[in-house]
Amino acid sequence: MVDLSVTLCGVHLPTPFILASGILGTEAELMARVARAGAGAVTAKSCGPQPRAGHPNPTVVAWEHGLLNAVGLANPGVEAEVEELARTQAYLRPLGVALVASIFAGTVEDFARVAARVVDAQPDLIEVNISCPNVHDDLGTPFAADASSAAKVTAAVKEAVADRAPILVKLSPNVADIAAIARAVEDAGADGITAINTLTGMIIDVHARLPILANRTGGMSGPAIRPLAVRCVYEIYRAVRIPIVGTGGVSSGHDAIEMVMAGASAVGVGSSVYHDGPEIFGRLCSEMEALMVELDCESVADLQAAAHRGLGHRVPA
Amino acid sequence: MSTSLPRVARIGGVCEESNQVRTIVLDLDLEAEPGQFVMTWLPGLDEKPFSLVRAAPVTLTIARVGPFSSAVHGLVPGDSLWVRGPLGRPFTLPAMRPAGSGSRILLIGGGYGVAPLYFLADRALALGWVVHMVIGARTASDVVFADRFTALGAGVFLTTDDGSLGQRGVATDAVEHLLDSDPYQALYACGPEPMLDAVERLARQRGLPAQLSYERYMRCGFGVCGSCAQRGWLVCRDGPVRHLGDDA
Repeated sequence: MVDLSVTLCGVHLPTPFILASGILGTEAELMARVARAGAGAVTAKSCGPQPRAGHPNPTVVAWEHGLLNAVGLANPGVEAEVEELARTQAYLRPLGVALVASIFAGTVEDFARVAARVVDAQPDLIEVNISCPNVHDDLGTPFAADASSAAKVTAAVKEAVADRAPILVKLSPNVADIAAIARAVEDAGADGITAINTLTGMIIDVHARLPILANRTGGMSGPAIRPLAVRCVYEIYRAVRIPIVGTGGVSSGHDAIEMVMAGASAVGVGSSVYHDGPEIFGRLCSEMEALMVELDCESVADLQAAAHRGLGHRVPA
Repeated sequence: MSTSLPRVARIGGVCEESNQVRTIVLDLDLEAEPGQFVMTWLPGLDEKPFSLVRAAPVTLTIARVGPFSSAVHGLVPGDSLWVRGPLGRPFTLPAMRPAGSGSRILLIGGGYGVAPLYFLADRALALGWVVHMVIGARTASDVVFADRFTALGAGVFLTTDDGSLGQRGVATDAVEHLLDSDPYQALYACGPEPMLDAVERLARQRGLPAQLSYERYMRCGFGVCGSCAQRGWLVCRDGPVRHLGDDA
């Protein structure tokens, strides 16, 4: 009998699949639908200190190998979000599915303030989004671009939350050495790491002679970035001891196992909702179970970081 | 991966429906079903969803309500407009084959909500259904498409809030009256939400299948961002047409 459950920062997840932030996380009933479909945890849309309208349309398009988006952290602000998170928890608790609150801010102080408020909704985990690539104009360079900035936010949030929920710090792949950033946030007190956020990209419409997204640049996600995400998770695993939520282009049970073998303790799923809708989580679970049977493996933990060990073939003498 | 990127098209024709509403015809054919929509882009301005009035060629009926629709109203034949789609779940006609005059369906359009119903009426009439169309509007000058539905071969019933055209009252008053006198296989509606709510109540009271088309602010249009969610239902992907009976 295959067991898909995992433990992430001490939190039990019935399956390793976590709905990634920014996808379908806008509403309690929608997150409940994702939970019923087979997610082990769902991440709410990132919220900040104030309501934000986000960028004008076009904000999300699908190209041949993934999505490109610049929604611009549209959210109702932390006060309204706390209510929505509490409403969401009322649906998720009876299902045994964990709720991840996601927060962002433009300053270290605001990160701490939002974290201290969001924890009132009793999320099971808090994800600290220091890596949105689409808000340079008003929030400046993402904190994830630099080890000391990333560490400062991590320490401030950790102090504000005061062990009422474990914190995951979401890292950006748009850096030279993601493992160094991972080490910095671990040293600053992060309980786990989510890797990766999107990669900055652009698509130009040749007839319009303009980038399609109103923000011009956007975050690339989906199948195109999966090898990059797997590489990042692999490198982070070697650099830190805290658990990793491996996120980036996972669209099958096979992809999820690959991410776990790279070192992930749980697997984020976002853009692949494009093809299957919210019900994709059921398919991911059955595909992962089938492949675990084939690999003769009973628990997800057995597979974790397997790619760092290999099969251990002996070279014949 | 299937793409959802804007495609450029040129405006072939423009038709004034009322002082607020215009229909534009593009030089682009899509394969689409009645009830589906496209995201319509003007570079540097905005991208908004509009239901298809026809798919081949792409035809859109747009009311002037804000900066984007005003800009679209300013376009002339030869100008470019970009569309992404078709998107969303369409209307479906009853599974039974129409047989004679008993095979009636009733369509209810509020204001410019008539647009996607025109596509449906065209399809249904071609398949042999008898189509009755109720158009409700505030006042006579807001009634659009009445002649077009008549020309297709649909029976048209008009209501206006002020009685300036057709029967005085709201669309659902006329619907109740029609349901009392004729049997219908199904109801289809598009328009303001209070009207959709009223149609839903009537359909439930009388045990009739109904399909209702909703409108919401959208971003991705394909069920990923969650911007248009209403109680777990994605207007862009699970809708915009809600098939009554599929939900509790």
